[in-house]
Amino acid sequence: MQIYVCVKHVPDTAANIKITGNDSFDDTTCKFVINPYDEYGLEEAVQLVEKQGQGEVVAVTVGKEAAMASIRSAMALGAHRGILVKTDSQFLSSTLTARALKAAIEQDGAPDIIFTGKGSVDTEGFQTQYRLAAAMDMAVVNEVVDLKIDNGQAIVEKEIGSGSREVLKMKLPCVIGATKGLNIPRYPKFPDIMKAKKKPVKETDIASLGLESLPDRVELLNLEAMPERSDAKMLEGDVKETVTELIRILKEDQKVL
Amino acid sequence: MAKVGVLIEIENGEVKETEFSVLTAACGDGGNEVFAIVTPENTDAAASVLAEYGANKIVHVVSQGGDIKVSPDLEARVLAEAVKKFELDMLLGLASAKGRDLFARMAAFMDVPLVSDCTGIDLDTKTVRKSHFSGKTVATLKLESELFLCTIRPNAIEARKTPVQTQTVIFEALAADPGLTKIIDVKESAGGNVDLTEASIIITGGRPIDSSENYKMLDECAAQLGESTAVGASRAAVDAGFAPHSMQVGQTGKTVSPKLYIGCGLSGSVQHFAGMKTSKVIVAINTDKDAPIFAKCDYGIIADMFDVVPMLTQVLKEQGE
Repeated sequence: MQIYVCVKHVPDTAANIKITGNDSFDDTTCKFVINPYDEYGLEEAVQLVEKQGQGEVVAVTVGKEAAMASIRSAMALGAHRGILVKTDSQFLSSTLTARALKAAIEQDGAPDIIFTGKGSVDTEGFQTQYRLAAAMDMAVVNEVVDLKIDNGQAIVEKEIGSGSREVLKMKLPCVIGATKGLNIPRYPKFPDIMKAKKKPVKETDIASLGLESLPDRVELLNLEAMPERSDAKMLEGDVKETVTELIRILKEDQKVL
Repeated sequence: MAKVGVLIEIENGEVKETEFSVLTAACGDGGNEVFAIVTPENTDAAASVLAEYGANKIVHVVSQGGDIKVSPDLEARVLAEAVKKFELDMLLGLASAKGRDLFARMAAFMDVPLVSDCTGIDLDTKTVRKSHFSGKTVATLKLESELFLCTIRPNAIEARKTPVQTQTVIFEALAADPGLTKIIDVKESAGGNVDLTEASIIITGGRPIDSSENYKMLDECAAQLGESTAVGASRAAVDAGFAPHSMQVGQTGKTVSPKLYIGCGLSGSVQHFAGMKTSKVIVAINTDKDAPIFAKCDYGIIADMFDVVPMLTQVLKEQGE
């Protein structure tokens, strides 16, 4: 099987985001990682190839030069090769990202499956996988927690509402957006990290992909810190009195009960 | 004046309560023409309540090209056809399990912009607000497009009644099923009925809950807190096997925005807050007075949840009687 895994190089969720100017952040001081949801897609791809004993997993990213670090991480986690499509923006539109991914994948080979994460934790757009599938004329299911490949078909499960699951069937090749529950991603071992340094990575500039130019249809006007709560009111004393006071506050002051 | 569509989700024969805030967003400052889009199963009961929240037109969409219940791609195409037919300027919906999937499918199929999980929207200036970087920052985005789609985080916008006269039209869509994906089964969960992402009150148990049986204590309290209350779990509790992943709130789990969030035995990690920070009121119960959650909540109780929660259940019950 030829499997492509789209990964994004994003600030660690625990990292402090230092906003600079109106609409950007300092990406030189915060730690970046593979988008956590993409790791579930990557793990699934690596397991599929391991199980079949043949095939190839290629990690693809569209990002700044620094995104090479996430390609290396993906290779330490089992991807055989990498493709880095270079751009100078962290906030590339999902449409342009999808077109760049399509061009890079099609130049490289013929996918049986393309994995993505269910969304990225930086811009939280939750749509690139759908745009990629539409551009490639493939089926797509997102937020997948279970996958079986059977006779050229993928049978997937996704959670809907309160723990119920939908079971869907689609033909390969297809796009699968992975999320927690699909598997437990491995931790890279030291020898794998060393080996990953020697694995091949194709680097392409986004401008060389021959993509149609696209006006920005969504403009980032402003980025600001989410207001934090402070000065919590602490309720102390006898448990019954505390609880009674809490209920009074929630009913009368906050009107949420 | 803009023509604003709202995709209405119906559950157990009634319009989901979380839809009212989406209708409120669609009404804006008034003057917009609001189209409530419903699929045919979802009819009669809906009309009066939709009119109460400002729907000028109710569009019953009937698919002639196949069963939309088994084909998400067909459903997206059918809705896209309705958007074109009624010349809508925008279509809004809930960032629910269904909305997240359907709006992304539509956006990709129609090649129009989509902003997911908005926490604020201003239709006059075509600007929306949404989280970036897991709830650490808020982005303001301007939509430069004749037609765009938005999903709105459940409970993020306060619903407001704006009764209008409403008119119902039936629209027969001709879109064909591309035959890409097919829903072949739905496995109903044995768990609670309230969807975590749409609950108006959530009570969450962290790692110190110590067993899956102890979640019963939270279930009992939830029953007293009201109908639209759901029980959540922290990542640590899910990873320890005390609760299923479908109950997880936070990074790699669900993003929620209830009016009341009660965290029991939560430390208050950045990853947990990423999923519940936009809650209206946050109450924290923890035995550790130095737990980070006490610096980021509205009300704190330094005590054992095994003392506080049963007492909360008991007092609510007494007051209810």
